[in-house]
Amino acid sequence: MAKFYFKSSRKEEQQQLVPTKTTVDFLLNYSKALSVIDYKNMKFEALLN
Amino acid sequence: MKDYTIKDAVLVNNYIKGDENALSTLIERHKQRIYSFIYSKVFDRDVSEDIFQDTFIKVIRTLKLGKYNEEGKFLPWVMRIAHNLVIDHFRKGNRMPKFEDNGEFSIFSIISDGDLNAEKRIIKDQVEEDLRNLIQELPEDQKEVLVMRMYRDMSFKEISDKTGVSINTALGRMRYALINLRKVIEKNNIVLTN
Repeated sequence: MAKFYFKSSRKEEQQQLVPTKTTVDFLLNYSKALSVIDYKNMKFEALLN
Repeated sequence: MKDYTIKDAVLVNNYIKGDENALSTLIERHKQRIYSFIYSKVFDRDVSEDIFQDTFIKVIRTLKLGKYNEEGKFLPWVMRIAHNLVIDHFRKGNRMPKFEDNGEFSIFSIISDGDLNAEKRIIKDQVEEDLRNLIQELPEDQKEVLVMRMYRDMSFKEISDKTGVSINTALGRMRYALINLRKVIEKNNIVLTN
């Protein structure tokens, strides 16, 4: 029964509030893959995998 | 504010110049704060992940495109992007109610039963009966037009053809019928709501 009433406190939850490693890795890979090409006055984005 | 050995502004500059490790440091440095901020608004891990990701995608694109011009204010700038994306998320949510299975959720809180319950059905019947009686009190010409329009769903053109009066006359009779009904309702304090 106890588990029905138990709820971890907000403080406990907040301590481990970080994005997953997958999300961070995705962002770092996205950053590496994204390149901006300057052509005259224009900028083009290209995602290179 | 923590005193980091390398300032955010320097890392941002290095990143713009092509140092990918600078971004990694920036994310590591601020991820907890930004993620907590997002989570404190949406209270959903998956949504927080999505918004965190979208926030940094925006950051990366802006920096790489050379559009960033708020040196020294990196964190407030990222927080503002996150804040705007949280608002976007709620706007989307308003347009499309979402089903969340968090254990306490009841599907009936968003899907209501369109049928009236017994009490409301009785009230509705009474209201309709009262209204029918009131209509009977109207002058014959007004009653005729109102019944054709409201109960038989006829257009004013059809009413005009059927009764042999002009459309304007039919419209006028409808108008007076409604005015008279309102007068009687107000005078007798009749409640016609469910």
